[in-house]
Amino acid sequence: MARSAQGEQVFTNCTVGGPLFVYVRNGKITRVEPLELGPDDAESWVIKARGRKFSPTRMANVANYALAERSRIYSPDRILYPLKRVDFNPQADRKAENRGTSGYKRISWDEALDILAKEIERVHKTYGPGAVLTTPSSHHNWGNVGYRHSSLFRFMGILNATYVDHNPDSWEGWHWGAMHMWGFAWRLGISSQYDLLEDALKHAEMVIYWSSDPESTSGIYGGQESNQWRSWLKELGVKMIVVDQHYNFTALNFADKWFAPRPGTDTAMAAAIAYVWLTEGTYDKEYIKEHAHGFEKWKAYILGEEDGFAKTSEWAEKETGVPAREIRALAREWARRKTMLASGSALGGGACRTAYGTEWARYMVMLAAMQGMGKPGSNIWTTNYGAPQNFDFFFPGYAEGGISADALNSAAGFQMIARGITKHPIRSEVNDPGGQHIPRILLPECILNPPQEWRGKGFCGTSPEYQLKKYKYPEDGFSEVKMFWRYGGSYIGTMNNTNRWVRMYRSPRLEFVVNQSIWMEGEAQLADLILPACTNFERWDIGEWANCSGYIPHCHYTVNHRTIVLQKKCIEPLGESKADYDIFAAVAERLGFYEKFTEGGLTELDWVKKLFQVTDLPKYISWEDFEKKGYFVVPLPKPYRSTPSLRWFAEGRKNDTPDWGPVGGGIASIPDAEGNLATQTGKIEFEAESLKRFDPDDWERPPVAKYIPSWEGHHTKELYSKYPLQLITPHPRYSFHTMYDGKDSWINEIPEHRVKKEDGRYYWVIRMNSRDAEKRGIKDGDLVNVYNDRAVVICAAQVTERVPYGMAHSYESCAVYDPIGEPGESPDRGGCINLLTPHRFISKNACGMAPNSCLVEIEKRRE
Amino acid sequence: MAKWGMVIDITKCNACYSCFIACKDEYWDNDYPPYSAAQPRHGQFWMDLVKKERGVCPCVKVAYIPVLCMHCDNAPCVKAAKNRAVYKRPDGIVIIDPKKAVGQRQIVDACPYQAIFWNEEKQLPQKCTFCVQRLEQGKIPKCVQVCPSRALIFGDLADARTDVAKIVASRKTEALDPGRKAKPRVYYLGVPKLFIAGSVVYGDTDECAEGVSVTLTKQSTGKSTKTSTNNFGDFEFDGLGAGKYSVKFECNGYKGKTVAIDLKTDKYLGAVDLTKRR
Repeated sequence: MARSAQGEQVFTNCTVGGPLFVYVRNGKITRVEPLELGPDDAESWVIKARGRKFSPTRMANVANYALAERSRIYSPDRILYPLKRVDFNPQADRKAENRGTSGYKRISWDEALDILAKEIERVHKTYGPGAVLTTPSSHHNWGNVGYRHSSLFRFMGILNATYVDHNPDSWEGWHWGAMHMWGFAWRLGISSQYDLLEDALKHAEMVIYWSSDPESTSGIYGGQESNQWRSWLKELGVKMIVVDQHYNFTALNFADKWFAPRPGTDTAMAAAIAYVWLTEGTYDKEYIKEHAHGFEKWKAYILGEEDGFAKTSEWAEKETGVPAREIRALAREWARRKTMLASGSALGGGACRTAYGTEWARYMVMLAAMQGMGKPGSNIWTTNYGAPQNFDFFFPGYAEGGISADALNSAAGFQMIARGITKHPIRSEVNDPGGQHIPRILLPECILNPPQEWRGKGFCGTSPEYQLKKYKYPEDGFSEVKMFWRYGGSYIGTMNNTNRWVRMYRSPRLEFVVNQSIWMEGEAQLADLILPACTNFERWDIGEWANCSGYIPHCHYTVNHRTIVLQKKCIEPLGESKADYDIFAAVAERLGFYEKFTEGGLTELDWVKKLFQVTDLPKYISWEDFEKKGYFVVPLPKPYRSTPSLRWFAEGRKNDTPDWGPVGGGIASIPDAEGNLATQTGKIEFEAESLKRFDPDDWERPPVAKYIPSWEGHHTKELYSKYPLQLITPHPRYSFHTMYDGKDSWINEIPEHRVKKEDGRYYWVIRMNSRDAEKRGIKDGDLVNVYNDRAVVICAAQVTERVPYGMAHSYESCAVYDPIGEPGESPDRGGCINLLTPHRFISKNACGMAPNSCLVEIEKRRE
Repeated sequence: MAKWGMVIDITKCNACYSCFIACKDEYWDNDYPPYSAAQPRHGQFWMDLVKKERGVCPCVKVAYIPVLCMHCDNAPCVKAAKNRAVYKRPDGIVIIDPKKAVGQRQIVDACPYQAIFWNEEKQLPQKCTFCVQRLEQGKIPKCVQVCPSRALIFGDLADARTDVAKIVASRKTEALDPGRKAKPRVYYLGVPKLFIAGSVVYGDTDECAEGVSVTLTKQSTGKSTKTSTNNFGDFEFDGLGAGKYSVKFECNGYKGKTVAIDLKTDKYLGAVDLTKRR
């Protein structure tokens, strides 16, 4: 065990925002530091470009919130004991309508496990398969053993619970739209980004951040690793354009020009750019000829030959509010400079979460294609993926199934299962393609108002066709849900129109609700029984920074050094809280499947050792050395061979990148041929064959992508006159969704995140233009009601020029739900801005969300 | 003997607040005698960020200015303290003695930068110590360690080889108002001043006017600066002081134009139309 100069023990651990050294004295964490590489760790990469050498700092530039970990671990909101709602009596009246108001009393673990086991048995025996529902929050901790795809899937798979499928909430439009155009189903609709950092440093002349704020959203898990990449590009004189409704934190130091199209109209701006290129002949005609399918049909639409009006910059000015001449100037500059289109910072972006955001994502691919996507310096590149790395070295991502080895519910690809970590891979009888499903956005309707129908199941990592399959709830032969075992409490903050959630919880249609949670927040306070879990600083695990394989292969190329961390148990679990694995094991014991769940009594540390053994780590380091050091930096192969993403496609060659998908047969095998994408035609489909086959008349997602005005925007006259502010709710700058917000965390004190008012509460921030504020008599820092027909949320106003007139900006995902009256029916002062956003699907046949199509009014709060 | 100091490049700060958070992590619930008593969980900002927003939509500039104890050579807090409760070490670091300073609220009020905080429970003024306990271990201050954009640069001002010494020697740095007289040892690059900007348009074609010559003249001195518009027709002059200016636009084939500006706050002229010569 390493010791600090001050005599503390020094542990290693990893978070959603990067790896940390953890200092402990007398069983208490005293402070954390970002992991710093030593001289004996693997060398850093060096990229030579334009006469300079670029090499990253030899430390983990972790996310800001990761540094607040100590305030989150020692939070007064920690649940330290099992709790039972005071008026919950499973033998008599359950008083479901009192969920959220009646309060809790401490009970023993024995009593809690008794109640839970009896309820599971009762529900199973009374109603049959599918009656127990489960779903976890994401990203509250890190690791391949204790995380949800691992321990939870193992347990819930054996239990045969119905699973609430997660939707791709950060990149909806790419998943439900772009996938039909360029394939990449095994990457959930997102293209690979191999070696694009080097390509950009060598060749790019412009970066356009379109609906993208990489300084804030970090390529999901990359912390602040890529800030230096953008600084280098800036030093090289690469021009940078920001298109976003907020003068965001990337614009701050990097924008040479800021465009702020009205929310929901980004596609119109893109169409007008295409119009300039088509009419001025400034696109890569040869590339389009070789690599595009259906281009002429789409061209006819843009030129107005199909619907009678051309998509000119003057037309786009009326839609977007951006001056026509500036749209033309941008188009011309783009045509003359090699441009990296950073559309969405992890190929997400707010525009892909608007009404018909599918079309925006498709237009981004179209524009990039028209300028030779894949040629040197010309690509879709987020500026936070694509560091040189060793891609042969196998270490699993957290979404590959872990100790469950559940391959079906790994979102996309997986290698882990083939390595044999467990003797008995789990296959659930309910959470299975032939079983029962519920899409997350539609959960309250499924519970309160069945039956329901929709298309697509969660993450469709198999093929675009997977999205198109029809589902219903309840599924034939399965029970309706009667019991909900929720893990965590984030959805009131992260889903849409979330008073629906509160109403669902307060309904007797859910006979029993148990919440397994670390903190008392959000939905946890609506449960009948609460099981206290602990953080990954209080148990053993193993994980790699930013490796989310199972969702996105090789996503760790968002960080500068592949870093695999032994997540050591730094302290004992606080109070009577337990590791999730131990909670599941205890319940399994009551229900009689302890041996099966724990594979004969394995502890978390035993699983960590097993997992270590099936990775490539033992080829480089012994368990003993790994345990002593606490981490391993994967060395680069020598010599390093650079294979920029889509270069092979642009050059009509076989794919030479380390990407291992697609994995299936049939259509998906074609890409192994020369230069083919995983689409039906092998080309970029301006007319999507999969959508044409599915429904050529689906005007909400037509085979040829179009600009479709929002159902909640400036064209919806009646609503717009009542609620004249267009609200956008991007992913937050200072927390990871609800994680690190609330909890009396230090993050609350950041005035861009929350503002402390006279009553001692920290209020959620909403940004509005000074002219809008003046009209309403609102001053900076005032408490305001943000409202529409769906809800009222009390926020602190930030009066700014960083948001245009007629718009409002507030980050989604607050952890705190604090209604001032009846839950579900009264204003929330916690800041759950998603109480206001619509829950309509992004497109009628795609069950994604569109929170950025939201109209509100704001008034000064008077009390 | 080292003379510790810091240079802050405001143009690199991306407002991640890592410095702000890391400082809390280092000091909350942790005493480092004899230099500092533990910071309370909330309410103290030994490293804080001050936002400065300039211009109007869509021509906006924003800076976040990290502000901490400036470890002034002529520190007002040292003078305000009784019993030598605040002292300057030979290495330049200003320390509030956590024992002697109990009850001395006037120390908080003495700081022109509001970088000293009052601990109600301990009746103690508290502030940044440049992480002296870390310096003793050969480490750099925690805020500097975690700064991902290297906006915070720390080192020995007495050693000409260090980055801080080189930057300060370049004379591009300045102290922050209002405490310049106190001789701060924290130096800033890129302190926001005033700007004049605009977007030039060909009036006849409604196209962005690229390559238009724009000349700024300060009336009091007659001094001129030139720039030209970019592909969006945009131009800007930043780093200006208040005063009267004229901005002259010249472009072949178009009539010249001059705009007079009494600059008090940042000025975005919006679209500047040029008229075609007949």
